[in-house]
Amino acid sequence: MKNSEASAARKNKRKLLWTEIKKSKHYYVLMAPFAILFLTFTVLPVIMSLGISFSYFNLLEPPRFVGLDNYIKLFLEDDIFIIALKNTLILAVVTGPISYMMAFLFAWLINELGPKLRSFLTLVFYAPSISGNAFLMWLLIFSGDVHGYANSFLIRFGFVNNPIQWLKDPEYMLLVIIVVQLWLSLGVSFLAFIAGLQSVDKTLYEAGAVDGIRNRWQELWYITLPSMRPQLLFGAVMQITTTLAIAAVSMQLVGFPSVQYAGHTIVTHLIDFGTVRYDLGYASAIATVLFLIMITTNLVVRQVLRKVGK
Amino acid sequence: MKFFTKTRKLNRSLGGDIMLLVVLLFFGFFSAYPLIMTASNAFKPLDELFLFPPRLFPRNITFDNFRDLSELIGNSWVPFSRYFFNTIFITVVGTIGHVIVASMAAFPLAKYKFPGRAIFFSLVVYSLMFAPQVTATPNYIIISGIGLIDTPSAIILPAIASSLGLYLMKQFMTQIPDDLIESAKIDGASEYRIFFTIVMPLVKPAWLTLIILLFQRLWITDGGSFIFSEEFKPLSYALRQIAQGTIERAGTIAAVAFIMMIVPVTFFIFSQSRIVETFSHSGMK
Repeated sequence: MKNSEASAARKNKRKLLWTEIKKSKHYYVLMAPFAILFLTFTVLPVIMSLGISFSYFNLLEPPRFVGLDNYIKLFLEDDIFIIALKNTLILAVVTGPISYMMAFLFAWLINELGPKLRSFLTLVFYAPSISGNAFLMWLLIFSGDVHGYANSFLIRFGFVNNPIQWLKDPEYMLLVIIVVQLWLSLGVSFLAFIAGLQSVDKTLYEAGAVDGIRNRWQELWYITLPSMRPQLLFGAVMQITTTLAIAAVSMQLVGFPSVQYAGHTIVTHLIDFGTVRYDLGYASAIATVLFLIMITTNLVVRQVLRKVGK
Repeated sequence: MKFFTKTRKLNRSLGGDIMLLVVLLFFGFFSAYPLIMTASNAFKPLDELFLFPPRLFPRNITFDNFRDLSELIGNSWVPFSRYFFNTIFITVVGTIGHVIVASMAAFPLAKYKFPGRAIFFSLVVYSLMFAPQVTATPNYIIISGIGLIDTPSAIILPAIASSLGLYLMKQFMTQIPDDLIESAKIDGASEYRIFFTIVMPLVKPAWLTLIILLFQRLWITDGGSFIFSEEFKPLSYALRQIAQGTIERAGTIAAVAFIMMIVPVTFFIFSQSRIVETFSHSGMK
């Protein structure tokens, strides 16, 4: 008889769930437009990407199952992917942490100022990230002839004799991308930090002073950072996702493809196969690898940041 | 020291304050320099463009670059106004759609408990952890499957469901007092009425944030591989064709970059304080 009891309990539970769902029908209606679009253009594509990555697919013929071929080719035969992977990791390891710390540092310093100067500097630091194609100005700064601002500066002050081919010389390309990407990087996370700093409970500072906190650094470590943990986590997610997806700056500054693929990243490789060569199976394998790198990095960093100030 | 807050905070020294201001202004200059140059180059005659050291502000202000730009565009076979209209259409419809649709979804997620809520919201948070490029390929297949290729909807619909906007809106709505909603309910208002007449007016700061984030994304869209007919191409595409990177066209490039830059930046200047307010609720656990 135990069995029927269990099934009755299950039935009861299901009934309860059903009444709850019916009770919440207005909520589902409100969520429906977003949910449908979100599932169609974000969730479904991730699943499809994984599926297609095991196939050969060129949009003209139906996809053909090829097992792990795309992944094997990606890691064992595609030298350019390895270059792209290496470049992406270099860019992420350099620009990720630096941009994150910069965003926090500037937000922290700005927070000490009066409201007018604070708004002005917030605008100054945030503006590059919403300025559309203004980063093309760097084409002029890093132009390879003597007229480029960087070259004319270096030549005038005698650092170099001949203009440097910033955008063509593989030795300098990553450097250029890093500089421009850092310039662009004070975006959403920067605003989150500014807002977070403004909402730290002021009485904590007074209490801290009583408890013997002597300088800004101690105050930062023991009071400010722990109270801002939620914004720090959010900012990290934004920064990681952006730095691992660097592509537009590379494509528009050093070219697509860049000389010797020195500015090639995982995303430009993905674009190459997805929209130029129409090898969608292969492109999906690249996308899946990138997806896993992004999610893993995010989850690991999140674990680390949760320990801040603990 | 009128720049600093009137009542000096604890643990502060004058020397530290001055150092801080110097550091900030130094980096601020680096941040602003390319933008100032973009703006000023747009109004420089060609001979001033290649002066070294470059002049921060033009001596002879000219509108030649904008004239050259309009001539170049006048020679293309699709009228410039068409590109402009396409971009305005995509940006306005996409942004308004996003604010409404994301707010509608954010309200129940922020204020009620119901089956599926936790799973849905964690999907949204996970989606913040990867860039949209990851889903570009299947998105192309889906969009062409629905038959939206070469229509503005191919750009607008995915943008409406941008998860960052939903996330920020939901976090912001969480701080609306429950009492407000409860008392409206007692007065007999429906969920929809509560949403439109009570919740939406309260979250205006968050609207502005969603607007700027999506606006700047749509404003610079070039249609990618989704739009191939010349008459549906947005402004950014047309401008990029013109600006095809040689130094001789530096003036035109600057004019183009200036147009693309000035609109979102101006919007931000006027809505900054409320946008920052939104982000104080952006935190993650």
